[in-house]
Parts: sequence; structure tokens; C-alpha cells
Amino acid sequence: MRVLALAGRRLAASLPSLLIILVGMFLLLQLAPGDTVDALIAQMGGGGDAAVVAELRAFYGLDISVAAQLGNYLWRLVRLDLGFSAIYGKPVSTVIMERLPATLLLMSASLSFAFFFGLLFGVIAARRVNRWPDTVISTLGLVFYATPSFWFGLMAIVLFSVHLQWLPAGGMESIGAGLTGFARLADIASHFVLPTLTLGLIFLAIYLRIMRASMLEVLTLDFVRTARAKGLDETRIITRHVLRNAMLPMVTLIGLQAGTMLGGSVVVESVFSLPGLGRLAYEAVVQRDLNTLLGIVFISALLVILVNFLVDLVYAQLDPRIAKGDG
Amino acid sequence: MRFFRNYSRSPAAVVGLLLLLVVIGMAATADWFFPQDPLNLAGRPLQWPGANPRFWFGTDNSGRDIAAQIFHGARISLLIGLVATSIAVTVGIVIGAIAGFYGGWVDDVLMRVTEAFQTLPNFLLLLVFVSIFGSELLTVVVAIGAVSWPAPARLTRAEFLSLRSREFVEACRTLGMRDRQIIFREILPNALPPVIVYASVVMAVAILLESALAFLRLSDPNVASWGNLIGLGRDVLRTQWYVSAIPGVAILLTVLAVSLVGQGLNDALNPRLKGR
Amino acid sequence: MSAILTIEALGVALPPGADRPHALHDVTLELRAGEILCVVGESGSGKSMTASAILRLLPPGVAIDGGRIMFEGQDLARASDAEMRAIRGAGIAMIFQEPMTALNPLRSIGDQIGEMFAIHTDLDRATIETRVLALLEDVRIPDPRLAYRAYPHELSGGQRQRAMIAMALALSPRVLIADEPTTALDVTTQAQILALIRDLQQRLGTAVLFITHDFGVVAEIADRVAVMQHGLVVEQGNALDVLSAPQHDYTKALIAAVPPLTAPRPRAISDTAILRIENVSKTYRTGGFFGRNRRVTRAVRDVSLTLPKGGTLGIVGESGSGKSTLARCIMRLVKPEAGAVRLGEIDFATLTPAQLRASAQRMQMVFQDPYGSLNPRRRSGELVAQGPMVHGMPREQAMARARELFALVGLDPAATDRYPHEFSGGQRQRIGIARALALEPEVLVADEPVSALDVSVQAQVLKLLAELRERLGLSIILITHDLRVAVQVCDLVAVMKDGEVVEHGPIGRVFEAPEHEYTRALLASVPGRGFAAGRG
Repeated sequence: MRVLALAGRRLAASLPSLLIILVGMFLLLQLAPGDTVDALIAQMGGGGDAAVVAELRAFYGLDISVAAQLGNYLWRLVRLDLGFSAIYGKPVSTVIMERLPATLLLMSASLSFAFFFGLLFGVIAARRVNRWPDTVISTLGLVFYATPSFWFGLMAIVLFSVHLQWLPAGGMESIGAGLTGFARLADIASHFVLPTLTLGLIFLAIYLRIMRASMLEVLTLDFVRTARAKGLDETRIITRHVLRNAMLPMVTLIGLQAGTMLGGSVVVESVFSLPGLGRLAYEAVVQRDLNTLLGIVFISALLVILVNFLVDLVYAQLDPRIAKGDG
Repeated sequence: MRFFRNYSRSPAAVVGLLLLLVVIGMAATADWFFPQDPLNLAGRPLQWPGANPRFWFGTDNSGRDIAAQIFHGARISLLIGLVATSIAVTVGIVIGAIAGFYGGWVDDVLMRVTEAFQTLPNFLLLLVFVSIFGSELLTVVVAIGAVSWPAPARLTRAEFLSLRSREFVEACRTLGMRDRQIIFREILPNALPPVIVYASVVMAVAILLESALAFLRLSDPNVASWGNLIGLGRDVLRTQWYVSAIPGVAILLTVLAVSLVGQGLNDALNPRLKGR
Repeated sequence: MSAILTIEALGVALPPGADRPHALHDVTLELRAGEILCVVGESGSGKSMTASAILRLLPPGVAIDGGRIMFEGQDLARASDAEMRAIRGAGIAMIFQEPMTALNPLRSIGDQIGEMFAIHTDLDRATIETRVLALLEDVRIPDPRLAYRAYPHELSGGQRQRAMIAMALALSPRVLIADEPTTALDVTTQAQILALIRDLQQRLGTAVLFITHDFGVVAEIADRVAVMQHGLVVEQGNALDVLSAPQHDYTKALIAAVPPLTAPRPRAISDTAILRIENVSKTYRTGGFFGRNRRVTRAVRDVSLTLPKGGTLGIVGESGSGKSTLARCIMRLVKPEAGAVRLGEIDFATLTPAQLRASAQRMQMVFQDPYGSLNPRRRSGELVAQGPMVHGMPREQAMARARELFALVGLDPAATDRYPHEFSGGQRQRIGIARALALEPEVLVADEPVSALDVSVQAQVLKLLAELRERLGLSIILITHDLRVAVQVCDLVAVMKDGEVVEHGPIGRVFEAPEHEYTRALLASVPGRGFAAGRG
């Protein structure tokens, strides 16, 4: 319970940042050349008489003062009313909800993949530090980190879809195949293999490096020496003493990288034509649908805050010093 | 001199430095090897590398020389990396130093702002900037800098927080030094090394960010950027995949070089930590 | 008595590039059953390395290259890893210096002590729990059940060390190696832990190898003692013999550096007060957002003291007594919320930052940490000249003054070009003193100026302070936790506990006839106080 209250307080403490984001976004919007009505008019083919334009402005609430608009905007956001998308002809929240599952699926899969293998290889590299397994793992890690994700995705498509034909080249599932139940799940899964690998690879590299450094750091700490003096063998020292301590920075990192991962999904979803939030953001930019773009920004910020909240909970479970409060 | 010897102890760091010199060399000699505008039509489209001795890497969908684009693209990537990183690191250092030194409400406010930037996925913020302010190269570079400053700021702040309570800083205060002098002439030289090393990470990310933007056709289309070329190659991926492959390798090698050099710098500046 | 552990001609080699080829050279020691052998030495003597070598816990790159370590008929230097693991904890156990970092912060105390049994025996969980609780009672930890479930950060330093001792003695090992177990503890806690170790040792018949740098501790508990210097054993024998009639020069120097607790004859000091500390209070309030963790610490409570002109006032206390906070209040590194600090007509406690900078030269400070108190990126001469330069002196003149000051504190004036890392700890403290003197202050506040130094160097630096006091007419406030240090240079002393001054007066009177019970407890806890009194 205490842990929940603590994380809850941290959550509340992130509200000012959220506010800054929203106000900042709003102010940025004011700097945009043209507004929603201009975009609408442009879509309709341009030129409309002044009266219609004024009416439209009034309808969208764009004729009142900036401060009043800001107030309206914040009030609407609190009620999760994200406005209307002129391009899709639907409320923004509806559009976002349609696209959310794909992104969530992609992010969870990538995160799990990156965390698990990053942990595993980081531990292996640390145990065999400066010998060949470490060199190989660390070098591969660096190479993965330096690889542009979209390029890796494209090359993966070339290899696995075009030449080997093992995996599909894009989309979320085989449309029109009429699959149900388990077969459908398997189909979706096969569509997600390459995107997960692509998005996860960079974070795998990051987690690997952090885990390795963290393990090496913890191995120099005093309590490891105490454990050796008690007669523990190396394996048990790693599993019972080092691992849990070394994992702490990794857990924190998940929270810190949540935003970057969401950003990365824009590119990956575009490469693999996945119907997710990222690609929606790209389409919104191209079609100048700023309402939708801002809606996505808002939802993304919420997602990141939520992930950080969950991370805080997990961290407090792992580290008893936190639950007690700052010592 | 001892610094160079420390640096060269790691073979990876040396490889990185050599790679970086190659990329810089490409950028420097681009005009010499390829004096024409790289975006001009040069020959028949979609020739494979090696098929025509005039085109080392072949030609792309529009018949432009890929090798020319690679060489000129090196300039763009390095330029973007350097300028965006300078902006991000400078802004980050100033904000981090002030927040870390003064603490209290100044720190709270600055940290809330930093947190705001970090909660937003930075690529999304980049998209917002680009959609509002346009895609010219300068705009893109400034936008990347504006998106990348939080991490150096956090790092600088952490350094200042730990150095501020060290006794030599207290000694400066007892001697009657002004705050300004303490921040910039006493603490900052001690706080800089990790931040400078981190600048290599910022640079690597900046290059990747711009190439991602270019791939999505949201960056400046009038420059020969590597990302642009990859985006172009997407249309002919199934058959002429080399159009996308080659610039990707270029990006990989450049970012790898920058990362290796950064790591080498880190190890050279902290020799005690290296001997694991 | 038979020897349980015999070290014969042990050599330990350091990796190439270290400042000497051997950490240990031809070390021969003998630990007999049921006795406490103290291994004494300063930093770099190799005493800790000896302990690590016995259990084969040497750092990477360091290896045994000669000699034998005989324990129960086996040569530990050549035993296999599996054999060593069986001996560690069960045959030979070890406790370390820093109890906070020596315990895994993420696992409970009971868990960690119980691990001893889990590694070496087949007992089931319930039996292990009973045994651990019994151990915790043996080491007299308050509320063993609570301590069993507690995490290390929830216990005090003394309690953590008791838990470590319980862990070490869990399997009744024949040998206990204690590597400076009380150095990081308060004086009063240290006395308790020493008594505990001696008591347990007598009950269990364990042989104890006790590593320390403090001859006072040797006088307190050792049966036999071995003195080490630069990786060699220079002298060993019965404690009484070595302490009263040391043979080797180094031993003599070490013993001479441990000053007696009796104050020297009081010298004449003036009646006028140069610094008046009146009712100073400082409270720390920590509280994050939304009221979590609101903690109020009253670091300094209504403290009033007077410093006579030309005199030295010592402020002694343990950690948490508020003495360091008081020093920082006096120097205005921290603003007290109540009270006055009057130097002449000026009240330092209420000056504005600009006024403070102007009056800075009247009061200067010497800091504790020789490594952290000098900016590593500035040359030492510059560091000393900075003060005058900030106040307007031209650079040439300031650097000349720095060279003069170097000579004054016993350093070579030509060394002003060197960087701090090129000096030893004691020399760095001298630079710190020179820096403080550069502005010709009236009052010098020294915050634990010698506690980070080796014992032999401590005496030299304190002698320097005393000389400078005579020559320059300085008035000094000396903060320390070490009563022996206070006795060497202070005329007056104030004893602090929990932010308050519990007793103050001339040092001779306070130390010989303490009035407050805390002062008495403090004096009684100083290890080896009896030993000092016997010497001339």
C-alpha cells in the first residue's frame, strides 16, 4: 500500500510537466501558419467567402482570444475530448483508439524482447569480461545501436520476405484470409516478428550495455566480497546477490526509454505498414492534420507517464530502500 | 601526449577514429571527386554497382550517381551532427549548471521543463516542429538540437550537484568568490569531461534522427542526404535493393565511428575504470 | 599454546606498474588458539592485504608468489577453489570495515545471516531461523525479531556491525579475521563493539586476527601484536612488551604518535573574546512534494560559545552531534535561522552575500578531506593565491605571497607549480592551511583537519598549527571527534551531543574531572586510555 501511495505521489508530481507539454503544444500551434479552418478550406479547393470562413471559425472556437482558447483546450483535454479530425472525418479520440492496439502490441513485444535478451547477453558479457564472448557481444551491441532502424527493417524485408519468403513484408495480418482463433493469432504473430526485431534491436543494444556495466559495477561492491568470504561460489553470487542489484538501473531505463520507443515506432510502423499510432502521426504530419497530431502527442505523454508509474511500482518492489523513503 | 597513448590502448577506439577520419575525408574531398551537383542526372537509372566503371556504386531511380550522393551526404551528416550537437550541449550545459548549482525552486522549475521534454517522445516532437516550421535544413538542425538538450542538461546537473558539495567549492565560497566565477571557472572545468564524452552520443543520435526524417521525406529534399537516398530506394527495394543498402551502411559506419570515438574518449579520461 | 594459523614467509606480488613490486614480502605471523593478535600499520603497510591473502580474496592482478599459509594441516596458498570455499565462513570467517556497504542492501539481515547455514550445512529453514535469532541475541542486538526482518539501511552502524559479527561467528569458526571493524564507527559504539568481540572470543575460544591502525585499540584488546610497514613485519611479540618497550624505530614512532589523554599544562591566554557565538540554531527541514517524508532535524540547538583571542577552542563530538554544522554556521556556508556570530562588531550570521564576500578574509577555514578540498585542475600555488586575487591583489604579488606561505607551512616554495595530485595527504593539508592563511584571517576554523591522515602525519600537522598560532597570533576553532587530537592543541573544549553543548571549559579540567555523564562516557570509550596514562 505504501508503495502505491509513493508511486501515486510521483505520478502527481509529473502533472506539472504534462501541463507544460500541453501549454507548449498549444503555443506552438499558434505559431503554425494557418489553422484547422485554413486546412479545411484548402481541402475543399480553396477560396470561400469571408462569411463562411468566419462562421467556420466560430464553430471551431477559433475567434476568441488566445488565452480563452487555451482554457477551452485544456478543459477539453481533461475530458479527453481531443477534437475533430478534419482529414478522417471522425473524432480524433476514435481514430487514436483504432490505432492504439497495434502500437501497444509492438511496444510490448519489442520491450520484452529487448529487456530479456539485453539482460541475458549483458550478464554473459560481464561474466566473461574482456574475453571473446564479451568482445563479440559488445561489438554486436555497438553495431546494432549504430544501425538506423528503418534501414534494418528494409534490409530485413529484403532478406526474409523477398528472398527467403519466410515472413510477410508488411501489414498487421493477412487481410481477406478469413482466419479465426489460434490461426489468426499465429498470423498476426508472424506479421509482428520483423517489426519487433527491428524496433527491439536498438534497445537491446542499450540494455545490453547498461546491464554489462551495471554487473561489472556491482561486482566491485563490498557486499560481493562479503558473500565470497562466506564461501559462496560464483554462480550463486551472481544469482543471489549481484543480479537483483544490477537490474535496478535497467528497470529505471525502461521508464526513461519509453518515449524514445514510441518515437521509434513511427518509423517502424511506416516501414512495415502497421496500422498504429506512429504511422498515424506520420500521416497527420503529411496531411497537415494538426489536431490529430496533437492528440497523438497528448496520448503519448500519457502513455509515457503511465509506463513510468508502473516502473516506479516495480522498482519499489525490488528495492526496499525506496519504500521506506529517502534514507 | 599521455592522453593519446591512453586513447590508443583500446583497438576499438582506434578503429573508430580511423573510420571517422575516412568519413571526414569523404566529406572534405566530395567536391574534388564529384564536382557536379550530386542531385543532377548523371546517367541511366538503376545501374548496379560495378556495372559501369563511371559509377562506383551505381545509379538510383532517377539516374543520379550514388557515389556522389554518398560523398556529399557525408558533409550533410557531419554538419548536422556537429551543429545540432553544439546547440544541444550548449543549452544543456547552461540549464544543467544553473539547476545543479542553485538548487531550490530554480532547480524544480528547470527540472519540470526538462522532464516535459523527456516525457514527449523526441521523434514526435521533431515531427511537430517540422510540420509547423518546415523542412529546410537549418530548421531541421535547430529542431534536432532543441529536442536533444535534456540529456546533457541532466548529466551536467548531476555533475554540478555532486561537485557543489565538495569541499573545494566550499573553500571558494569562504574565500569570497562570486557565484559566477565559481560556476564557470571552478566547477565547470571539472564537470565537463563526462558531458563532452556524452556529446558523442548526442551526435550519433542526431545523425540517426535526421536520416529517419529524411527517410520519411520530411527533411530537406534539396540536399543529398543519406536518409533521402534510403527513402528513394524503398520504391525499388525488391530488385535494386542496393540503392537503400549502401547509404544505410554509410550511416551505420559513421554512427559506429562516432560511438567508438566517444567510448574511447571516456576510457582514456577514466583510465582507472578501464582496467576491469 | 598451539598455533592455529601460521603464515610463513608469505609474499604477494602486485601487478606491473604499481608503486612497488610486492604488497607483502616475507611475512611471517603466528596466530595461537584463543588469543587476539593485532596487526598494526598505517595505510599501505599491507595489513589488509594479509587478511585478504589468507582467505584468497585478493583483487584481480594481485597474487601470492611465495610462502605458505598453514591452517589445520593444509596450505591455504595452494588449496583449490572448492577447498577454499569450504573453509571460508566455516573454518575462517571475516568481518569488514564498512558495515553499510558490506551487507547486501536488497536482502534482509536474517536472510543474509541464514545464508551462512544454507551454504555450509543441511539444516532446514525453521532450524536456521532459530539459530539466527539466537545469534542475534548473542551479539546483543536490540529486538532480535525485528532485526531479523530488517534491511541493512534500517539499522544503525553499530547494529549492522553486530549483525556482521553474528554472521561471521554463525558456524563457530576457529579463526575470525577482523579488518578494521570499528574504524568507521563512533567512539562510544566502537568501545561497545570491541567489548563484544573480546567477550565472544573468550566464550567461543575463537582466535582473532584484528587489523587496525590505532595503537589505542591495540592497548585495549590485544594479547599479541605485529607491526607492519611497507609490506614487512617489523616487530611482533606480546602486547605488553611491545607497548612498553618497543624495539624497532617505526614501532617507537607509531607509539609516540599516539598522544596521551592528559592535557599539557595550560598556557596563558587573554581574557578578551575575539569571537562570540550566541544562541545559534540550525534546523533542517526535508520534505518533498506533497508532504512525503517531512523530517525535521535540529542540527544545532541554541549553542553559545566564546573564543578568546589567541586561544584554541576545541569542539568535540561524535557524528550527528552537530559540530560540523556548527562550523558551517560560523563560516556562513550555511545560514543559521537564529543567533549571532560576532567577530568584533560584525555579526556574520546576518550579513548579506555581498557583505559576506567583503568580510570573508577575517575568518577562514581548513577542511577535512585533503583530496576533495583542493580543485584538482588548478596548480597548488594558484589555489593559495586565489583568495588574495579575488580581493584585488595583483597576480604577481599574490603568487609571491603564495610562495612565502608555502615556506611558512613547511613546503618547498618551488612546488607551487605542481598540481594537488602530486602531493601526499599531509602535504595537501598544509596547502589547505596555506590557502586559509593567505587572507591573513583573525580566526581560523579547522573542521577535522587531521582525521583523514595517518597517525604519524597527524602529529606533524597539529604541531604546525600550534607553531602558526604562536607566530601569527591566530585564534583557532578546532572541530574533531578524536579526543586525543583535541588534547594536543586546544586550550578550551566544548562537548556536543545531538546539537547541544553539554559541557565546556578548560580542557585540563574537563578531561580530568568531567561533569556531564556524556563527557564521562566519551572519555571512557577512548580505546587504550589506560595505556597512555602509564607513559611519561
